Order: sequence, then structure tokens, then C-alpha cells
Amino acid sequence: MARVVVDVMLKPEILDPQGQAVQRALPRLGFEGISDVRQGKRFELEVEGPVDEPALARIREMAETFLANTVIEDFVVRVDS
Amino acid sequence: MTARIGVITFPGTLDDRDTQRAVRLAGAEAVPLWHKDKDLKQVDAVVLPGGFSYGDYLRAGAISRFSPVMDTVIEQAKAGMPVLGICNGFQVLTETHLLPGAMLRNNHLHFICRDQKLRVENAGTAWTADYTAGQEINIPLKNIDGRYVADERTLDELEAEGRVAFRYLDVNPNGSLRDIAGITNAAGNVVGLMPHPEHAVEPLIGTGRTDGLGFFTSILKKLVNA
Repeated sequence: MARVVVDVMLKPEILDPQGQAVQRALPRLGFEGISDVRQGKRFELEVEGPVDEPALARIREMAETFLANTVIEDFVVRVDS
Repeated sequence: MTARIGVITFPGTLDDRDTQRAVRLAGAEAVPLWHKDKDLKQVDAVVLPGGFSYGDYLRAGAISRFSPVMDTVIEQAKAGMPVLGICNGFQVLTETHLLPGAMLRNNHLHFICRDQKLRVENAGTAWTADYTAGQEINIPLKNIDGRYVADERTLDELEAEGRVAFRYLDVNPNGSLRDIAGITNAAGNVVGLMPHPEHAVEPLIGTGRTDGLGFFTSILKKLVNA
């Protein structure tokens, strides 16, 4: 079975206080040199059948309507090889 | 004859009983609706109450938005049926895009529970006609995903068209853009807000005021006089 990965990230202009909280915690833990953190979501989809263009089109539709809210989020679909 | 107001229960809804009670206190008939039923039982209006439907998984309101009952609610709302979304219900309404924008985690990352002062900016909607524009009310606010966001163009449009229905006063509790606590659609039949009017309908509890009752008396008058 093939795996397709959908990464969902808040749009760059949207404030991400969770990412900021992670970023602020890093120096305290001894991890220096990270100027910014953005937190997102990763979906791993196990696809039945071939991952051809129609299958990817369905997954893009799924991401657009459900996995991501495109008012606030961007998404990227890629085949995991 | 009185008005029939549906109150939807999703898995994880918390405030359906309080909302039904508020509807009854205002003098209307409360009709419980179940998320799996497409049938709205011929109600005249619908309230989507607060809670954590589907555990807020994926995004608050994102899974409820695709429940069978919402297909009918969306269709009827577009045809003019009054719909009020409170807290999680507001989140569901933004996910359906009946209302613009989206709700995100509070900017301070804490769950918040407090009495919150609001200004009613638009007293012309189906759910706010018993208030006066500019009236200050105090009702409970309780959420973690209460930060209203939308792009600048949408915000400007909302402001220009008077569709910011409620604004936070004194303090912005969650980082909502332009202090927005609630909005309405262009037609004024679909309204959503984060604070909870249904928890402020009896003098005995909460703030000791009944500032939230106006939502339910507004809709009742509108429906009965229709």
C-alpha cells in the first residue's frame, strides 16, 4: 500500500502562540539558535489501490475541504516513497 | 402558537440542556435535535450550542460541520432560517463558511472562564433585536479556542457592513482580531459568538443578571410576529 502525506500549516500571517511557546522553551532546555517555531499537523494516509492522478486529486479535495481549513491553513500533498 | 426552536446535540456537546432551558424561559418551545438526523422536525430556528463536539479533534467544529443535520441546517440557513451558534456552535458555523473567518487557540494558550463584558454592535439581527445598538451586556465566556481571525479584507468588510455583532469590552480575552466576540451574516439570520448568553438567563445564577435572555426573546418575537 502506498502512503500519501498531507502537511497542514497555519498560514504565515496567522499568529501561532503554540509555536511561540515551544520556541521560548528551547533556550531553557539548552537548545540555542532557533529564532522561530511554527507548529503544524501531518496526516499519513494509507491509500488502497494505485496512487495515480485521480487518487491524488481526491486527496487534494479531501485536504481542501476537511483536513485543512483554508481560511487559516495551507496544505501540501506528497507521496511518501 | 409559539415558536419551535431546535437545539442540536452533537457527541461532546455540553450546553444543549442550558440552551433548551433558555429557549423555554423566553417562552418558546425547545426541540432537541440529534446530529445524525437530517430532519429538523419543522423548527422555526436552530441553535448550535457550546461544548467540545468530537473532542475538538482536527479543529474545533470541523467534524460536526459534516454531520447529517448540518446539511439541512446549511441549506435552510441559506434560505433564511435563523441560526445561532454559541461557542462551539460558532466554531461549527465558521467551519461551514456560513460565517467568515475562523477560530483559533487563545493567544495566551489558557482555557478561560469568566464573566465578560460585551458591546452589542448590531441590534438588527434575528437574534439581537431586543437589545439596542451600543448596549453593554455581561455574560459568561468559557473556551480555549476563542481567538477570532480573518484576513484584513474580510475584517474591513465586516466592519463596513455592520456585521461585527458583538465586541469584547475592557479586555480582549483571547487575542481576537479587532476585539470581535461575534458576527452575523449579511442577511442577519445567522449569528455566532463565543460568549454564552444561555448561561445568563436567570437572576439566581451566574452574573446575577439576565443579559443573555435577549437572544432568545429576540428570536421568539421575530418568529411569532412573522
